[in-house]
Amino acid sequence: MIPELGNFALMLALSLALVQGSLPLIGAWRGNARWIALARPSAAGHFVFILFAFASLVAAFVGNDFSVAYVASNSNSMLPLYYRVAAVWGGHEGSLLLWVTILASWMGAVALFSRQLPPAMTARVLGVMAWISAGFLLFMLFTSNPFDRLLPAARDGRDLNPLLQDFGMIVHPPLLYMGYVGFSVAFAFAIAALLGGQLDAAWARWSRPWTLVAWAFLTLGIFMGSFWAYYELGWGGWWFWDAVENASFMPWLVGTALIHSLIVTEKRGSFKNWTVLLAIVAFSLSLLGTFLVRSGVLTSVHAFATDPRRGLFILAFLALVIGGSLLLYAWRAPSVGLGGRFALFSRESLLMLNNVLLLTATATILLGTLYPLFLDALDLGKISVGAPYFESVFTPLLLPVLLLMAAAPFVEWKQAAFRDVAWRVSRIAQASLLFGLTAWLGWKFSPTVAGGLMLAVWILLGTALHLLQRLSARGHGVSAGRQAARQPLSYWGMLAAHAGVAVFVIGVALVKGGEVSEDASLRVGDSYVSNGWRYSFTDLRKVDGPNYVAARATFEVRGADGSVLMLQPEKRYYTVQQMPMTEAAIDRGLTRDIYLSLGEPGADGAWLVRIQNKPFMAWIWAGCLMIAAGGLLAASDRRYRLARHAASPEQAPAAAVAVS
Amino acid sequence: MKRYILPLGGFAVLLVFLGVGLRLKPQEIPSPLIGKPAPEFTLTQVEDVRNVFHSRDMRGKVWILNVWASWCGPCRAEHPALLELSRLAVAPVVGLNYNDLRGDSQRWLKEFGNPYQVAAFDGDGTTGIEFGVYGVPETFVIDKQGLIRLKLTGPVTSEQVRDKLVPLVRELNHG
Repeated sequence: MIPELGNFALMLALSLALVQGSLPLIGAWRGNARWIALARPSAAGHFVFILFAFASLVAAFVGNDFSVAYVASNSNSMLPLYYRVAAVWGGHEGSLLLWVTILASWMGAVALFSRQLPPAMTARVLGVMAWISAGFLLFMLFTSNPFDRLLPAARDGRDLNPLLQDFGMIVHPPLLYMGYVGFSVAFAFAIAALLGGQLDAAWARWSRPWTLVAWAFLTLGIFMGSFWAYYELGWGGWWFWDAVENASFMPWLVGTALIHSLIVTEKRGSFKNWTVLLAIVAFSLSLLGTFLVRSGVLTSVHAFATDPRRGLFILAFLALVIGGSLLLYAWRAPSVGLGGRFALFSRESLLMLNNVLLLTATATILLGTLYPLFLDALDLGKISVGAPYFESVFTPLLLPVLLLMAAAPFVEWKQAAFRDVAWRVSRIAQASLLFGLTAWLGWKFSPTVAGGLMLAVWILLGTALHLLQRLSARGHGVSAGRQAARQPLSYWGMLAAHAGVAVFVIGVALVKGGEVSEDASLRVGDSYVSNGWRYSFTDLRKVDGPNYVAARATFEVRGADGSVLMLQPEKRYYTVQQMPMTEAAIDRGLTRDIYLSLGEPGADGAWLVRIQNKPFMAWIWAGCLMIAAGGLLAASDRRYRLARHAASPEQAPAAAVAVS
Repeated sequence: MKRYILPLGGFAVLLVFLGVGLRLKPQEIPSPLIGKPAPEFTLTQVEDVRNVFHSRDMRGKVWILNVWASWCGPCRAEHPALLELSRLAVAPVVGLNYNDLRGDSQRWLKEFGNPYQVAAFDGDGTTGIEFGVYGVPETFVIDKQGLIRLKLTGPVTSEQVRDKLVPLVRELNHG
């Protein structure tokens, strides 16, 4: 009964989405206040029905209702409760429902927090989002309904893929989708602005917090996916340039360009066309990612359920949404003014350069991801593009971005004196150079690693120097603490995110340059020395899990400094899906990760053990978290709340400082 | 004016490719590893669990690595060609049993015959992933220096054995 109610709720939500996508839009066009007023209540209703459908599917999973086909193929009565809930998004149909649920939540949030926006604008934004929701609901109801019954019911479920039975599965997909789908708000704002012809600083100020929150979630989602792959896949890698990873990385890069471009549009009124285009592209890439993952046009380690019929539907949807919005852009953008002028050397031009670089990097990734498809379609043969391409093409494009990141905040808006800026950063430039040379010649790092470290130090010093100058430029009698408290949150957000990039770069450089990986064949009682650490295989026992049996090995690991660690890697065998899984044991530290994973046992009791030492791995994760925290800090800046309460956003007090 | 249409034009081109892509089969993908050193691995053997196979022991020989699994239908299809290849004895054929259960693969080899000089057991597929395995079966030719010289994706046919594998192995052995 509950699944049928869920199904019915989806249909009702679809009807509401169709109403919401048509009447308020027409109302905004014709100036009909009553039709405009429909937007917010229908968004609320849409949210309630979708949430009901989602809760119904959760109930089916929790209650082990194996008469629902989707539950039967993704769950099992032995599966622990929290994985049964996470299994809701363990397959194709449920991930779509999660997608739509998150979209409905974003719509609800827009409806709730848009009271100070002009009603016509709100109506347009919610109308555009409703069309997206309607498309996905149609897709679900016609090709991938999670509530389809299985008759007769299965006695037990086929279980969730053991790879997905992990804490990562509980948080990674919701975070990632929050990011993907969150860009739909920026997209809807852009389309609404094009429709209404109202592309101004106020529009940029409304879009900014939404974009920042979505971007921060996307950062967290990608981080969580990478973090999960690192410990769960069992071979210690953390980024594989897989098609699905690229699909999430591309919107992130364009989103990064977008949040910087929005600054210029808000502060200086420039880049309007460009910002609108970026908002469209960021969400288009999110949709493209969905298409790539769900249609099976590309082979990927991640791709689970694929079906060409579904692919065709998403492709048609893609054509409508992206094609339609780019057509609208081509039609309306020429009438948008250019905004404030700026000199060749100014913060605007540097941010422009940052945008161009990020977009080029995105294009190279898109090319690499789709190149096999292009060649195949043109019948030029079949190839695969791997990490070597991405690393050799992407890295050089990112270097100037890292160089600019430290210097750009010192550059004035509109027009800056090159000499002045050069003088201000000259000392930190010298210090970074010195550091790089020491790393290379003194500490014997490879030139690549030393270069990476130098860039990271350059960004850290630049960020710190900027903060120092900001704090010292205070009036008489103002303490440094007072001055610090006066800085807007968006300023702290920028500092945190930029410093996070530096921390991330340090981690990547040292892991790439200094990781040691060895395979050893060991019996209980054996010892092995690798990279100055001594690994003693002390114990092996059988352990019973809820839905698996495992062999758990115990290793005593001794460092050169006398520290002793206990690591217990496991080899699990999941009984329902008959699948072996490697559960790595990791000891995380500030300066190194010790990573042990079990290979195959031999009959003589010898196990293959992979021993890895990864220096500064934790810095990669810390960097990602700092970047995301920066985004959230900036989004919670006070002036966005002020802007909501001001009658006219244009007259809201501009932030005291230029940087954000 | 024109530049505002550019994004739309670019997207239209992309759309055509995606549409064509939907009807293609992405299975046949050669390896970016060609000309690169084959990843080294150490695995237990499928049939004789007490023995360990080290890929570095193959240094100095031209050898063929065939990635296969008992659950894989196309592997059944290529099996006669592999038996033929092993009878010709031009080079050692090593099996890499990918993502499999030991019992299943042992039964498979008993039932259909064993074309491999050594069959290495890669139960969780990590070695296969290092070889960039996209779909099973895949076949690699590795030269005396341990470099990958050829990769065939999909079932090997007896024509491929005669026209590609055997001539290449002979050439590498003389070279």
